[in-house]
Amino acid sequence: MRKGNRKTFYLKMVSGSLIRRASRLIIAVLAIAIGATILSGLVTIYYDIPEQLGREFRSYGANLIVLPRGDAKITRETLSKLKNLIGSNKIVGMAPYRYQTVKINEQPYIIAGTDLEQAEKNSPFWYIEGEWGNSLVGHEIAETLNLKLGDSFMIQGVKYGEQAEASGQNLSAAENQKRDLARQNFHKSLKVKGIVSTGGAEEGFIFTDIDELDELIGDTFRADVIECSIIADAKELSDISKKIEKEIPELQPRAVRRLTQSQDIVLGKLQALVLLVTVVVLIITMISVYTTMMAMVAERRREIALKKALGAENKLVMSELFGEGVLLGIIGGASGVFLGFEFAMRVSLNVFGRGINFQWALIPITIFIFVAITVAASIIPVRKVMDIHPAIVLKGE
Amino acid sequence: MSKKILELKDVSKIYGSLKALADINLSVNAGDWLSIMGPSGSGKTTMINLIGCMDTPSTGSVILDGVDISKENAASLTRIRRDKIGLIFQQFHLISYLTAVENVMVAQYYHSMPDEEEAMEALEKVGLKERARHLPAQLSGGEQQRVCIARALINSPQILLGDEPTGNLDEENEGIVVDIFRRLHSEGVTIIVVTHDPEVGDVAQRKIILEHGKIVDDINQSL
Ligand SMILES: Nc1ncnc2c1ncn2[C@@H]1O[C@H](COP(=O)(O)OP(=O)(O)OP(=O)(O)O)[C@@H](O)[C@H]1O
Ligand SMILES: [Mg+2]
Repeated sequence: MRKGNRKTFYLKMVSGSLIRRASRLIIAVLAIAIGATILSGLVTIYYDIPEQLGREFRSYGANLIVLPRGDAKITRETLSKLKNLIGSNKIVGMAPYRYQTVKINEQPYIIAGTDLEQAEKNSPFWYIEGEWGNSLVGHEIAETLNLKLGDSFMIQGVKYGEQAEASGQNLSAAENQKRDLARQNFHKSLKVKGIVSTGGAEEGFIFTDIDELDELIGDTFRADVIECSIIADAKELSDISKKIEKEIPELQPRAVRRLTQSQDIVLGKLQALVLLVTVVVLIITMISVYTTMMAMVAERRREIALKKALGAENKLVMSELFGEGVLLGIIGGASGVFLGFEFAMRVSLNVFGRGINFQWALIPITIFIFVAITVAASIIPVRKVMDIHPAIVLKGE
Repeated sequence: MSKKILELKDVSKIYGSLKALADINLSVNAGDWLSIMGPSGSGKTTMINLIGCMDTPSTGSVILDGVDISKENAASLTRIRRDKIGLIFQQFHLISYLTAVENVMVAQYYHSMPDEEEAMEALEKVGLKERARHLPAQLSGGEQQRVCIARALINSPQILLGDEPTGNLDEENEGIVVDIFRRLHSEGVTIIVVTHDPEVGDVAQRKIILEHGKIVDDINQSL
């Protein structure tokens, strides 16, 4: 630096003050860094809560039921259209159901053909004695039929499209029976893989693979209903419903209101809490920066008086102190972002059992916020410069 | 006849009921070397603060380089001080986190433009070139005072003011500082120094004695 530059010298003074007085400033940087840590951590959690909590709530069952409009049934094409419309990243589970009446020991029961894997994703809370698989028997049915795990039982039913017509009048009973067996009816032996207890209607059903059921009744895929578990709050869910109604008119979506509403309430409360804590942390940070700057100006009265005695205008000396504040804010804010991510990660892992993504945007935002806070908290302390009278301060022994 | 650089006309400074300075009249020519002596509390610092634009008189006027500074506000006093006054302090008042050369450059920075080369030359003149990169804490008292003198002179002030500049120095360092004053005087710098020490006071060309805020003696010491 030959013919000098004022800006360079300004930076030299400001950074020199920070570097060579580092031990004095550690507390201030620490205060800002802790504030920034908590802030960026909480903001990360704040934005991650809906997602996390959404997934959490998805273990309470399907939140969207899709029915066919009118008497029609839902085909495989419609199902895949629905899947594309919602988007696979939002779908936790999507299980089609086909209900069929069958007879076991001449008693009528309802068997539900479904995609057992998807059904499990929809309803992880079902209590299954044994395991998920082909086939599941409701607890109630197992009780009446006295079925245990591994037992087999015979189902009988009428094939699709055939009337369970009264026996032909011109045929003998024996002939009728033969014809039934050959053409109209089906029967199959199923094995009990699991017994379902839910405390609900599911206990009165038998669940089996939908494709096997289709084959058995001699029909292509036709679902009566599709149960979906989707990551969405009440509003998103109603948007999705509207979209389905518009783009797949043969379907009739119904959001399960009770679930989504309680999800929204819990979410709202949690976010309000996080917001409150954040505001408190910002205020505390501001107070500690204010105190530090106050102490700093008091501690450096002589230096400030000297600068004024050398002919420095108030605003120049103030700009140096603000410069130091800004630098403190940058250092504290930057270190806080990374510590904050670490903090949020731990919280998320402990509470939700799942990691989070680093939000790069948080770096500039946090730094900006903490620079702003530092500057705001420095205004009153730095204005004290104007009250420092060089003749009085420099005279002191 | 050399030009009048400073004139105090009926200057008083009153603190409450105390008259720290009472109706002072004094004029100083450019290139003069003046020492102010007197007992403690006699008003020496008060007087030098008025001359150095750090304070304004209660009554009377202080005319510095043709400008009456007694009516100026704080901001223009700051400006006048920056342009015309070089200050040396008993406690040196160096900035602890800046090196010797940076401490000199601070004065340049507030005045106009920091210029390291010029600052180094100033340090060389007070024999501190080798110590330019040291922090004040790494310098002896005498060395610190020399940095302070270099800083006071860097913007070529019209008057160099010192309030007990040798008060914290041992005899050897006092001698070094007095030698610097002597050389500056020969170069034509106007010097006004408050001192308790006759060795410092007696080498000046002129000496005034204050007592109870009044000039009781004005001695021309030049031969
Ligand atoms: N800001 C002030 N408020 C009130 N009284 C003051 C103030 N400054 C100085 N005085 C008083 O004015 C008188 C002169 O003070 P001054 O500092 O000029 O003395 P001095 O000659 O420099 O003394 P010393 O040799 O001890 O430094 C003293 O009685 C002092 O108490
Ligand atoms: Mg004094």
